[in-house]
Amino acid sequence: MVSYHLNTLTQLRAGLDSRAFSARELTVHFLNRIAVHDGALNSFITQTPEQALQAADLADKRLAAGESGSLLGIPYAHKDIFCTAGVRTTCASKMLGNWVAPYDATVHHKLNAAGAVLLGKTNMDEFAMGSSNENSAFGAVKNPWDHAAVPGGSSGGSAAAVAARLVPIATGTDTGGSIRQPAAYCGITGIKPTYGRVSRFGMIAYASSLDQGGVLGVSAADCAVMLQVMAGHDARDSTSAPVPVPDYAAQLAQPMAGLRIGVPRQWFTQGLAVSVAARIDDALLELEALGATRVAIDLPDAALALAAYYLIAPAEASSNLSRFDGVRFGHRCDHPRDLNDLYERSRSEGFGAEVQRRILIGTYALSAGYYDAFYVRAQRARRQIAAHFAAAFAHCDVIAGPVAPTVAFDLGAHSADPATMYLEDIYTIPVNLAGLPGMSIPVGFAGGRPVGMQLIGPAFSESRLLAVAHQYQQHTDWHQHMPAAYREDVL
Amino acid sequence: MSIQAGWEAVIGLEIHTQLATQSKIFSGAATAFGAEPNSQACAVDLGLPGVLPVLNAEAVRMAALFGLAVGAKVALESTFDRKNYFYPDLPKGYQISQLAQPIVVGGTVVISVGEGEKAVQKTIHLTRAHLEEDAGKSLHEDFAGLTGIDLNRAGTPLIEIVSEPEMSSAAEAVAYARKIHAMVQYLGICDGNMQEGSFRVDANVSVRRCGDTQLGTRTEVKNVNSFRFLERAIDYEINRQIELIEDGGRVQQQTRLYDPDQDETRMMRTKEAADDYRYFPDPDLLPVIIAPETLQAWQASLPELPDAKAARYQTQYALSAYDSLVLTSAKATAAYFEQTLAAMGQAGDAKLIANWVTGTLAAQLNKEGLDINQSPVSADFLAQLLLRVVDNTLSNKLAKDVFDALWAGEGTPDAIIDARGLKQITDTGAIEAMVAGILADHPDKVAEYRAGKDKLFGFFVGLVMKAAKGKANPQQLNDVLKSSLGSCGEACGEEGAQ
Repeated sequence: MVSYHLNTLTQLRAGLDSRAFSARELTVHFLNRIAVHDGALNSFITQTPEQALQAADLADKRLAAGESGSLLGIPYAHKDIFCTAGVRTTCASKMLGNWVAPYDATVHHKLNAAGAVLLGKTNMDEFAMGSSNENSAFGAVKNPWDHAAVPGGSSGGSAAAVAARLVPIATGTDTGGSIRQPAAYCGITGIKPTYGRVSRFGMIAYASSLDQGGVLGVSAADCAVMLQVMAGHDARDSTSAPVPVPDYAAQLAQPMAGLRIGVPRQWFTQGLAVSVAARIDDALLELEALGATRVAIDLPDAALALAAYYLIAPAEASSNLSRFDGVRFGHRCDHPRDLNDLYERSRSEGFGAEVQRRILIGTYALSAGYYDAFYVRAQRARRQIAAHFAAAFAHCDVIAGPVAPTVAFDLGAHSADPATMYLEDIYTIPVNLAGLPGMSIPVGFAGGRPVGMQLIGPAFSESRLLAVAHQYQQHTDWHQHMPAAYREDVL
Repeated sequence: MSIQAGWEAVIGLEIHTQLATQSKIFSGAATAFGAEPNSQACAVDLGLPGVLPVLNAEAVRMAALFGLAVGAKVALESTFDRKNYFYPDLPKGYQISQLAQPIVVGGTVVISVGEGEKAVQKTIHLTRAHLEEDAGKSLHEDFAGLTGIDLNRAGTPLIEIVSEPEMSSAAEAVAYARKIHAMVQYLGICDGNMQEGSFRVDANVSVRRCGDTQLGTRTEVKNVNSFRFLERAIDYEINRQIELIEDGGRVQQQTRLYDPDQDETRMMRTKEAADDYRYFPDPDLLPVIIAPETLQAWQASLPELPDAKAARYQTQYALSAYDSLVLTSAKATAAYFEQTLAAMGQAGDAKLIANWVTGTLAAQLNKEGLDINQSPVSADFLAQLLLRVVDNTLSNKLAKDVFDALWAGEGTPDAIIDARGLKQITDTGAIEAMVAGILADHPDKVAEYRAGKDKLFGFFVGLVMKAAKGKANPQQLNDVLKSSLGSCGEACGEEGAQ
């Protein structure tokens, strides 16, 4: 028995191409891991073993016919926000309980065409609203490093599944930090591309101007492979960018010498855990040792960004989630008395507390008399934040800093106070508001829980971020650490 | 209907015009009317989770053409906003529309109110015209105790054309609506079918005492789907508001519906507080950018529009201003006129055609409630008929008989003339023989006539025409009769010629 889950995508690719093992064997291996471990983790909402074996057999046929391809026969999981024809898409909401999309998200279509093998759909915060994965109608997800801790959110299921090596790689989405923060909490690598880099068609919307699909994987090199397949312009998404996609894998070896790394002064002051700051400083020293130089920069808007985000995102969400009205699909209350009763009870029953909170905040922010004071000012703040990033990038090539103020917190720690939960995203949200690409890479541990470092680049500089992360990972092994309980083969 | 003395009405219209694109404004689904419910609604139209809108470029072109046609400013950059409200036939819970930066701003149209030489022209200013998507339809009648939803119409492209409140009577409002209706059809951007809802008018109506400078509280009469109903709805609403105020009441801001069966408007809902649609820019759509060169090309592509065509008819065909206006008031009427003229070739007589199209044909269409493109008498048949008038085969009277036969579908004009033996008698010898016979039969009357009783001329005409079974050429008959009877004394005039 080979421990495929300890292999990189490159190794799995080589094994498949050389027929050392088949896609079916690989798929069975990971399906078994899910079967054994996911009862405790709860990282999957829906497992698709039958479809996975069919897809694996198809991949084996294609391989036998001489085809290859970066993801042909590679198992993966989708965050349960991407629509997949024939497999339910729940967004972790009772509202969508057993809804099955009649169409594929562009991202799924591309991965399918590439021959990747879907093992199932992962848990998340309901409608991607949350930073702990506790807001799921399908129950909280556990952090594989410590079952008392949250995995982060909203892509917590994908992060936990990859950290426990239940899948080699998974998709996620990031509206305010939902790929980077769970990647940091689970000690894996995550990339949120530039807004418009990955099609949003078929990705159920939370906040349309901020949502962006991306990847959670073990390493930057693995993420590069999957992002390559997902990225690119899509005529079905007007906001997707008609910008050519570079060859990410080919550019992983870009030299570090001369690279200027901007470190925002304001991000290393109050609010950041000392132990987290220390691990990031270690990582920066490592990057300097590789030839990069450290430049102090100013990003003074973190608090402003948080306020702007919690107006813009709920405003868009309040509108995006209006379609869940009990009329055409999703949860419908029993025996509605009239139209208003149908709306009120269907939505009150179907949406969880955090989703309802954000719909109310957003509705309020867009209301007549408040629109200018809230939404319009928030958009102005957003432009200011983007301008400050642009000014910073005049002095540096990449920005590095924390992903979150702390390591993964305990389940239930912030449940009583949404405002402290919102602070979890203070370093990630500005990146979404500016539409920039951001990554999280593991840089060590604090108190036994992983610490992530964030890398941020100018628009469409994914290849640069991936290269910096990759070279760091060539000289460190934090990304290869995995929780001991999940290391062994299950059979 | 005139407005009660001492009062004036202020009317503005919002016209929802469905654009004649092949597919919907934000999806690839077809827009054809009358398909099985929900058979022309794709995932985007259904508002399924995860779908995104993609703007139909043809809808933008059509909206811009309208703006250019009314001399408006066509915005080189316009944006889409979401209008949020819950309704079962609004699948996403919001309508994609344009609030802050519409594609068309301003513009004017000239309307003409009144008939013939008494017609008065007035310029009406447009506020704006914006692109938006149509909603679906709620079917309240088809399912007992339930409402059905048909989303075929959801996502059909519309331009909402908003006028300034510059009309002061139902007649002006109808003239304005007809003018816009004509323009969009000339432009080929709307099929204009009001029964199918392609062109729907909302009227904002208020009244005030003459001399008041403040506007009265307005009501909005929604979704009127014929010009006749529009006129009646506005008249009803004006009178209702005046009576209400004179009785000491107060007009409430309301949305009302016109009921053609009862000929009245009824309250649909009050709008005491303005609806809060929580408009905000749609983050799924980029701004609509039109390149200046594209706009120039669209300007150059504009067809001849009603005003220009009417002016041309006056100069080129020497038609009266009123005839020109009537003939160009609808694209189909102008096309019918021009086709008839072309089909008559060298013998074409514009004035004669104008008289027939605006007279006999219009009356018959009106009587049967038909549009000109539904006319049983085609332009080609009318041309063949009028050629027989021009060459004196038919008198006007006989031509009317043939027209009626054409209307009834009895064949081609020449076939009807032959079959009915309607061909006019133009043989002078034959007419002379008939006249001689009649005069010989009535020597006493001839004597009376010659003694000065000139009124008897008509008596002779009638007898000869009767003998000719109505087919004698009237002018020739007059001439022959006059010369045969000779002088009737000093009082003898020209009368009798019909």
